[in-house]
Amino acid sequence: MQANLHGEAFPADRTAAGISHAVQGPTLNRQHSVADFLFANATRIAAVTVLVVLLGIMISLAVGSIPAFREFGLSFAWTEVWNPVTQEFGALAPIYGTLVTSLIAMIIAVPVSFGIALFITELSPGFLRRPLGIAIELLAGIPSIIYGMWGLFVFAPWFGENVQPWVTEHLGNWPVIGGLFDGPPLGIGMFTAGLILAIMVIPFISAVMRDVFEVVPPVLKESSYAVGATTWEVVRNIVLPYTKVGIVGGVMLGLGRALGETMAVTFVIGNAHRIDPSLFMPGTTISATLANEFAEADAGIYTSSLFALGLILFLLTFIVLVLAKLLLLRLQRGEGKSA
Amino acid sequence: MTIYTRRRIINIFNLSMSFLTMAFGLFWLGWILVTLFQQGLGALDWTVFTQNTPPPGESGGLLNAIVGSLIMTALGVLIGAPLGVLAGTYLAEYGRHSRLASAVRFINDILLSAPSIIVGLFIFTVVVMAMGSFSGFAGSLALAVIALPVIVRTTENMLALVPGRLREAAAALGAPTWLVIVRISYRAARAGIVTGILLAVARISGETAPLLFTALNNQFFSADLGRPMANLPVTIFQFALSPYRDWQDLAWAGSLLITLAVLAISIVARVLVRPKGSK
Repeated sequence: MQANLHGEAFPADRTAAGISHAVQGPTLNRQHSVADFLFANATRIAAVTVLVVLLGIMISLAVGSIPAFREFGLSFAWTEVWNPVTQEFGALAPIYGTLVTSLIAMIIAVPVSFGIALFITELSPGFLRRPLGIAIELLAGIPSIIYGMWGLFVFAPWFGENVQPWVTEHLGNWPVIGGLFDGPPLGIGMFTAGLILAIMVIPFISAVMRDVFEVVPPVLKESSYAVGATTWEVVRNIVLPYTKVGIVGGVMLGLGRALGETMAVTFVIGNAHRIDPSLFMPGTTISATLANEFAEADAGIYTSSLFALGLILFLLTFIVLVLAKLLLLRLQRGEGKSA
Repeated sequence: MTIYTRRRIINIFNLSMSFLTMAFGLFWLGWILVTLFQQGLGALDWTVFTQNTPPPGESGGLLNAIVGSLIMTALGVLIGAPLGVLAGTYLAEYGRHSRLASAVRFINDILLSAPSIIVGLFIFTVVVMAMGSFSGFAGSLALAVIALPVIVRTTENMLALVPGRLREAAAALGAPTWLVIVRISYRAARAGIVTGILLAVARISGETAPLLFTALNNQFFSADLGRPMANLPVTIFQFALSPYRDWQDLAWAGSLLITLAVLAISIVARVLVRPKGSK
């Protein structure tokens, strides 16, 4: 019985139980096997709880959003109107805001994280590695609401006063991209939200990149240096190809974080339910809409529409995170084979 | 320009960019921390700890919010830690490569990065709607759900570091499996497991989104878990977005308190366990 409870983790177990049986007599042994049974199942139940939580999240979101989808159909996902007075709701503006702010965040955060990981693993003198690593991790430790306050009270005014007018003046009338930087210098808006998201996900992406850079076998790098490659060429031709999958996994992980981040965005995005071509104009994201409106929403179709938004956000992040995880697992498996 | 010079220039250029990105990251960290200390220290005094949150236009403190946050964080960890440690134990000691363990490991990593506001929606459905009101208990549960994956992950990792030989030695002396785990594995991995729990505390003490529609907030002092409970993050959210100067100052003071607490906990956790292979 013990053998099939514990499986292969304790090959020595059967003998152990045999000995205790012989030495200590049957009563103690029975007590132990009861305790064993209870403990093993307690851990198993706890493990299953993790699955139950995810399942519970899915079910509660799905059930909560049924009325909204019944009322508006699937077109809920691509309708722009959001009007609590007339009870008409559509998710397009928040979805657009979520995707655009996350895209901005990724455009900024990916190269920066790469540079940081590169600096820490390849360039930094040994004694600086740990402090620098900790400093970047501190960015991840700061609660998101602090980013929000800082963004609203410090960054946005500074940005609106010093950067935006200049950008609008010089880039605002360019063809094609000009429209992205048009509008009054409000400080807050989609771009500010994206930039703050970038700062918030940099530590996550660069941590994964650092980890995968460190699995590159030194022999490969050394051989490359030996034939005369520069540091950059080693990174470009050895480290990058070797860790490609892991890097993409790290980026997806960061993307998953950016899509779901709530408080920092809520402070600086302006919370306007509309789609504006300019990145300097206010918008909204799914999470910001939830944070702002859920507690005050009247039960019924309004609340249900918010649940539907939550469901869409959950599916988005779920897909991204599953992809990230699968990519990282693939790298780990490859690592196991070559070792 | 020879190929050699070109390669050198590209090299130097790209490495300088790498240096600049590092500076870029540190720049934001510095800016945020300096702002926080400037604004927070100015607003921090004893009344913050001795008085409750004031109505608009009056002075007051954050006592009820601090106490509420402490209660909910403590309860969240009390619920999340045993579950998380047991689940981590299953993954490292019993399940290992079984199908259930692989599934739990995978889902746990997803939960680790899932949007915290979604957790709020979940708890709203299963607790707030069922109980009929926002409550401190619902807030604690939401925090527990967020703490759980952090603790599962670190517990598993730390138990995996315990050498199999220790377990075999104990088993050879006749110890049954559960005693081996409790007396040997847990003892060997104790510092690591405690670190995981501390990291979870750090993570949940700043969480705002899951509390917005579970614990809500409360302007008054209340230690009743069945009613809406004041807490620092939501108070900061409301006060920061208010037009009143006093409230904004209190929000800064609260932000400083939370950040200091989170950083202090992270530092303690780091001192407890230096990661393997640290340089």
